[in-house]
Amino acid sequence: MKIMTGINWFKYSSPPAFYPLAGLLIPWFYTLATVFAAVGLYISFAVAPTDFQQGEAYRIIFVHVPAAWMSMFLYLVMATWAGFGLALNARLSHMMSQALAPTGAMFTLLALVTGSLWGRPMWGAWWVWDARLTSELILLFLYIGFIALQASIDDPRRADRASSLLALVGAVNVPIIYFSVKWWNTLHQGASISMTSAPKMAITMLTGMLMLALAFWMYSIAVALVRVRCIILERERRADWVRQLVEVKF
Amino acid sequence: MKARHKRLALIISGVALVALAATLILNAFRSNMVFFFTPTQVTKGEAPKSGSFRIGGLVESGSLQRDSDGLTVHFVVTDTVQRTKVTYQGILPDLFKEGKGVVAQGKLGPDGAFIASDVLAKHDENYMPPEAAAALKQAKENSTKTLIVPK
Amino acid sequence: MHWNSLGEFFAMGGYAFYVWTSFGLTAVLVAWEVLGLRARRNQAWRDLQQARLMDQTDLGEAR
Repeated sequence: MKIMTGINWFKYSSPPAFYPLAGLLIPWFYTLATVFAAVGLYISFAVAPTDFQQGEAYRIIFVHVPAAWMSMFLYLVMATWAGFGLALNARLSHMMSQALAPTGAMFTLLALVTGSLWGRPMWGAWWVWDARLTSELILLFLYIGFIALQASIDDPRRADRASSLLALVGAVNVPIIYFSVKWWNTLHQGASISMTSAPKMAITMLTGMLMLALAFWMYSIAVALVRVRCIILERERRADWVRQLVEVKF
Repeated sequence: MKARHKRLALIISGVALVALAATLILNAFRSNMVFFFTPTQVTKGEAPKSGSFRIGGLVESGSLQRDSDGLTVHFVVTDTVQRTKVTYQGILPDLFKEGKGVVAQGKLGPDGAFIASDVLAKHDENYMPPEAAAALKQAKENSTKTLIVPK
Repeated sequence: MHWNSLGEFFAMGGYAFYVWTSFGLTAVLVAWEVLGLRARRNQAWRDLQQARLMDQTDLGEAR
């Protein structure tokens, strides 16, 4: 308790204090991402066995599922920051949600394309309009809508409020994606990993997938921190502390 | 003024584009909320009688037949309660197998059999090495044997 | 390891195109994002530096 109260954690909720802290953390998260990716890829291709029904094509799961998880998870984190931003009127919160959107959109695109590349040989179709695939596509449009709305309004504070509202409303889509395979009949199969039952995967396969999921997670934190630092520099360029930063650097 | 008008036009066209995309998707969503009908629903008459729809279930073991032309296949889709006969002309996906999931697009013929224009394989969420799958199958067979023997 | 040769590894049981495109695309997108962010950061610094130089010359002229 003493230690916790010794540091003022709220100090880091202001851009001047957060900027150097983020700078310190970035290399660590990049390193962790690289290590997890290396281990994950080794397990995925060298240790994990062939699948009994899908042969080697199932190995797409090692990027597809982590990317799909990240696409949903990052949206929830983005919407949470947007909510904090609206509730507390904190500019750093809005910057955080803005920093997460492009990475979330990238993972959504990755989930859709790798899914398509997996569906073609296994199901026999690049794309079907079932509830899982359609709701994931809507997620991509939500990310793009968020980024476009933010960019199309000049006044940054109005842009923050409008895009945050969109992010919060769009959050209902995430449980729809997750439960779509349970609520409706879909071509997409159910979840192999869930909170309520034992994983329906061999342990080495599962380990490979979880390692790559961790790698994506660490990577997302790293790039979100890099991006939020860019946003801070761009939006706070007239602030005294940024000017002092420039003088130190040049 | 001009820059403001330009931006307004940009925002309006953007909103229109998003609205169009959303409408298209929601439409697809609504008509595909029920992605496929089960053989039970088909026999009950819940599936469209004249239009095209999808039927889903398991390919019944031992039901797959190939015509001599090498392209036309016949199989039975079952949900373990009801069965529907399906005829299809074309290439089957790699995962199409007896006892495994299938979703076929097409319509009902006059004789009540389903004429498919497209066949998709639906696989389950289990992933394991072939040896484990074989062991599992073996164990299952043994347990059913011991269950039947006392009778 | 269950691959008997490098060729077998790259063939991915006949699914080489699908598997390697998936992983290749992941690598490309990640690299694109990392490099794009580096460019954005450098641009932000250049803008700040330019603004500072302009401020200085403004002060100089005013004097």
